[in-house]
Order: sequence, then structure tokens, then C-alpha cells
Amino acid sequence: MYVYDQYDQRLVDERVAQYRDQTRRFLAGELTEAQFLPLRLQNGLYVQRLAPMLRIAVPYGLLNSTQLRKVADISRRYDKGYVHISTRQNIQINWPMLSDTPDILEELASVQMHAIQTSGNCIRNTTTDQFAGVAADELEDPRPWCEIIRQWSTFHPEFAFLPRKFKIAVCGSEADRAAMHNHDIGLELLLDSGGTPGFRVLVGGGLGRTPMIGQEIHPFLEWQHLLTYLESILRVYNQHGRRDNKYKARIKILVKAMGIEAFRSRVEEEWDVIRDGPATLTEAELERCKGFFTSPGYKKFEDSKPAVATQRDLDLAFARWLDRNTLPHRVPGYQIVNLSLKATGYAPGDLTDKQLEAIADLADQYSFGEIRTTHQQNMVLADVEHSALHELWLKLSALGLATPNIGYLTDIICCPGGDFCALANAKSIPIAEAIQTRFDNLDYLYDLGPIDLNISGCMNACGHHHVGHIGILGVDKKGQEFYQVSLGGNQGKDASLGKILGPAFAQEDMPEVIGKIIDTYLNHRTEDEPFLDTYRRIGLQPFKESVYAEAN
Amino acid sequence: MPRLIKDSQIVEDDWVMVGSSSEAVDLAESGQRVFMPLELLQAVIADIPVDATIGVLLEPGQEPSQVCDYIDRLQLVAVNFPVFTDGRGFSYARELRQTHEFAGELRATGDIMRDQFHYLKRSGFNAFQPDDDSSLESDLQSLDDFSDAYQASIDRPEPLFRRR
Repeated sequence: MYVYDQYDQRLVDERVAQYRDQTRRFLAGELTEAQFLPLRLQNGLYVQRLAPMLRIAVPYGLLNSTQLRKVADISRRYDKGYVHISTRQNIQINWPMLSDTPDILEELASVQMHAIQTSGNCIRNTTTDQFAGVAADELEDPRPWCEIIRQWSTFHPEFAFLPRKFKIAVCGSEADRAAMHNHDIGLELLLDSGGTPGFRVLVGGGLGRTPMIGQEIHPFLEWQHLLTYLESILRVYNQHGRRDNKYKARIKILVKAMGIEAFRSRVEEEWDVIRDGPATLTEAELERCKGFFTSPGYKKFEDSKPAVATQRDLDLAFARWLDRNTLPHRVPGYQIVNLSLKATGYAPGDLTDKQLEAIADLADQYSFGEIRTTHQQNMVLADVEHSALHELWLKLSALGLATPNIGYLTDIICCPGGDFCALANAKSIPIAEAIQTRFDNLDYLYDLGPIDLNISGCMNACGHHHVGHIGILGVDKKGQEFYQVSLGGNQGKDASLGKILGPAFAQEDMPEVIGKIIDTYLNHRTEDEPFLDTYRRIGLQPFKESVYAEAN
Repeated sequence: MPRLIKDSQIVEDDWVMVGSSSEAVDLAESGQRVFMPLELLQAVIADIPVDATIGVLLEPGQEPSQVCDYIDRLQLVAVNFPVFTDGRGFSYARELRQTHEFAGELRATGDIMRDQFHYLKRSGFNAFQPDDDSSLESDLQSLDDFSDAYQASIDRPEPLFRRR
């Protein structure tokens, strides 16, 4: 993974010093709340319902074991001993003291971490495929490109006070695991006929109050022009994005208002000024960045699958985990292992300090010391030898991290919701737990096939409810918490937005509502038809009829 | 006389903001450095001697392309930030320096604070006049909050990746 040189380290250190002084000025009354707000946000600090929340950047979801141990240590000493993995692959701690945050950031900087631009109206953490570099369907490793974008977007002088936040995702594989259609900019790595990479550029996607699928602004941008082109898009947005209404301030609204053709022309005008200028990427820089993402020292295996196959046959629980939570690796003899942070009874995406330290140890022992976070709020050990899988499974089981449900109904994406977040209209964690409890029979769960169920506690959509096959949105009706259900969302290359089923439901009715939706699916599906395909075939109506039948 | 930061020094402001066309023309003819809102400049530019020292004040929404026809006559472009969170002026500065090759004084005015000065400087501003000018000495130091930067910018066109 990327390792800081003296430039990277100095910038992060200087940022800590700057923030320390800003915090001092705020606490001394020299800065007002309003002045301090964007400064602390751009250093990751929110003020939540009960306490501040610090969002630590995990650039494109990659961590080493030293960093993970530091996060564990920070969560124990400055917080309540647990953290939350966010849908931008970042890590949040929920209870720091404002006055401690400069010290926390200084500690993070000591392990090449920071909280820069994890919030605020600026360019946020670039996200990508959690299986980058190991996925069998990968065309081009997105990580060097993400690092190039990270550096370009960090402290960009022109884009620190944008109309609204700005999110970029990079996809380098055949299946899209980065939700590129739902980002302000989605970058799809493609190869030309000579094998040279370039980008299909999508713009104006997003979730939130007005969900939209990104539109193509460039079919194949040569890689050298990546930064000048991004800069041109941001420049048009910074000058013309709406600033009068924060709900209409995202780039998607501007692109829709201008139309993609007119927007593209304005971008091209800006691009003409800087195209081929000094910000044009060089072979040397690309090689430098690629040099940080070479393959680790894989051993050579002929075929170690038989050993795993025997263990699999002997142990049903291991078999379930192996089949659901691990994936083929592109190197023979290795497997990709998902750690499920979706055990029933625990807030989705939450981990304790002890679990973090144990994961760090497992990463050192089994996966070259690296860990990934996923936008589905799980973790990944990307490079595990087949011969170690059974042993690793036993250890993960003991830690509560081996619930065999990756990609199934109980692998719920869920924002912190009304239990923590000041923006939320409703709680989301108890809904997730109630649904997980309702569907706790694993054989039944597997029979349902892959289903994405996503929950957001408000229309800001941190829980990505619009792109869940089943989406749940917390709404406020006269001070009461209600839940609106949508069906048919999807986040892959054939991305779609969910359609609202009908009137919202009370919290206690939610498990039964989901039960009826599932029953309807089972009644209509052809043999192995996945939920999404059945929905796309039969539409919303049958679901509507069954869910609202008794209520009427 | 009001003070400001210009070219990394605290100096007195020798520019006068004018609000009417007669004031603009009279003072400009007398040799006073005058600057004015865009609408006024557009109205009086033809009446002002070509050797007068004049400038313009741009508000958010008034893009630099609106002054490009007479940019050679301007010695000052002030870009106002009515609220510090409205970042359009950062892009205006970049455009003035890069697209229109403006080489005169580029001044950020209004509700700006020291925490933004480094970014403002890198976007092309060389003068800073915050509404609150009570702490210009410490404001001046903030220009050096960061010793380097990743991106290509107006004050340093070579991005870090071409230098590291």
C-alpha cells in the first residue's frame, strides 16, 4: 500500500498544527461556531446528537495492521472502545472530546493517517472496489489512480469551499463494486485495444434527497488527462453549482439543469485552458504510484483446494462460511476473505477495540498485514492461503466476525441513524436488528439468494437505501418515527433506483413487512431467479398488494 | 487609512472605493487610485482617461469573463467574499491569472479568514483585506501554514509529482 514520503508526512503534520491552533482559537472564543464549523468538518469532526463524532479517513478502504492498532488504541483512550465503519469506507469514533481531537489527529499522523476532508463541502475520500488488486474480474488496479486522486484532491486550493460535498469513486473491474453510478464523479477504468488504460467518466450521480444515476460525460479519457479533466469538472461546478439551497447544491442538480451536452461543453472550455499543462500526469508519477501496489510475496501453489474441500465436507458451518464469505483470488492457492460486521445483535459496521486488535493480528498472520474496509460496512482480508482458511475461520468465529451472510438479506447496510446522528429522522440500528432476528435461519436465508437491504435514518441516504434491492428510509411523521420501503434499487453496472412501495410503516411492523415482501418474491420467482430479477420482471404491484392487503 | 496584506506585507490601502460615476471620473482624473463595482466600471470606463489607475470589485456571480475586454486597463481586481463559505472567488482568481493573464493586484476582500489565506494565495490572490483587520499580524503568518502542496496552482505551476 501507499507509504508516505517526507512531503506527505510534512503536509499531514502541518495540517495537525493548523487544526490545533484553530481548535485553540475556537475554545478561546476567537472563532465563532459558524467560523469553526467548516474548519472542523474538513478535519472530520461533526457535532452529533450526544457528542462530537470524528470520521477518520481510510483512503480507498486500505489499512495496515499498525494503523488498525492505532485506531483501536485511540478508540480505547479517547472514546468508548468501539468504532463504526462508514459507507465511504472510513472509520468513525462517536464520543471524542472536542479538546482532544488535535491530539487524536497527531496520533493518527504518526501512523500515516488523518481525517482530512472526511466531511465538509469539499472533495471527500475517493472510494473503490474492496477487492482491488486481487479480484478475478479486474481490468486495471484502481488503487494507484485513487492515490493520485487523493493527492490531487487533498488541500486543493480552489475546491475547499464548494457548493456541497463531492464524492468520487473508481471502478477497475467488470462488476462494479464501487457504486460508481451513485457518485458525483464515477470513473470506470477501461483498456484500449493496445491495453492502455483510460477512463469512462460519469458525472452527476448521487443519492440523498434527489437520487440520480450518473451520466457519461467522456467515453474514454486518456489517463494522462485525468487530473486536468477532473479539475475542469470541479471548476464548472464550483462556479455554477447552486449555493442558495443546500438540497439543490450537488453537481447532479447542475448537470440536470444544464443538460449533459451543455455541461460537457463548459467542461471542455475549461479543459482547453489547462489540457496538456503541468498537471498532465506523467509516466514517472504513474509508475511511482503503481510501485506501491505491487503483489505481495505470494507463494507458488499447485493446487491446494483438495485440503479445503475435505474440511468443507466435514464441517457444515465451515462450508457455509467458505461458500458465502470468501471469494476466489486471482492467484492460485489464495482466497479473499470477508469479515462480516453484521452479526445479529450488534450495530452493523461496529467493531470494538479488542476486535480491531485481533483483526490486526490476523492480518499480520494470514494476509500480509493489510486490511480493507468495504462500503457495505464489512472488512476484508484479501490474501489468505487456502491452507489457513479453516484456522482463520475458527478465529473469526470466536471474534463474532464469521457470520456467514455476506451478500444476503442480513448483511444490511445501515447508517448510525437516530441513536447517534443529529440529522436522522428515525433510528435505523433497531430496524436492522429486528430484521436480522426475523431472518436468523441460515438455510432459509440462503434459499432467498443474494438480497441487498439498505437502511438510512434520513433522506441524506448514508445507508444507500435508494440502491438497496430493498431500501428502508426513516421518516418523521408528526414527531413519530416511520419507515418508507422501496424496491428495485441496485448498485452494480446496471444501477437502478428503488421505487417507493407506498405509505410508511411503524417500527414494530417492519420485520413483518419485509417478511411479506420476501413471501411475495418466493411466490413469484422462477427456479433460481434472484430477488432483483423477479422484481424487475413482475414490478411493484404484486408486492404492494401483499404488503398492504391486510392493513386495508 | 485601512490596512491590508499585500505581497506578504502589511501595508496601508492607497485605493479608494467609489460609488458614483462622477466620483469615479473626477478622482481617476486627479490621479487617485480608484476601484468600483463592476456595473459602475462598465458605465464609466469610456469616460475615464486611459492612463488612470483603476480597478474593479467583483461579487460572486460576476465572472471574470465580464471584465476581460478591459482587463489591460485594470491595476486591481478585488474579489469580494460576502460569506466566507462561498468559494466561487477561488475559481475567479485562478481564471483571472491563468485564462486572462491578469498580472496586477488581485485582492480578496470581505468575510475571509486567515484559515483560507493559504488557499487564496495559491489560487492567485496576492492581497488580502478581511473585514476584520484586527489581527493582520497573525493572519500574515497563516500564509505559511503549509510549506508545500500537491497540486499545480497559480503560485506554483509545477505539481509536486513533477518535483518529488
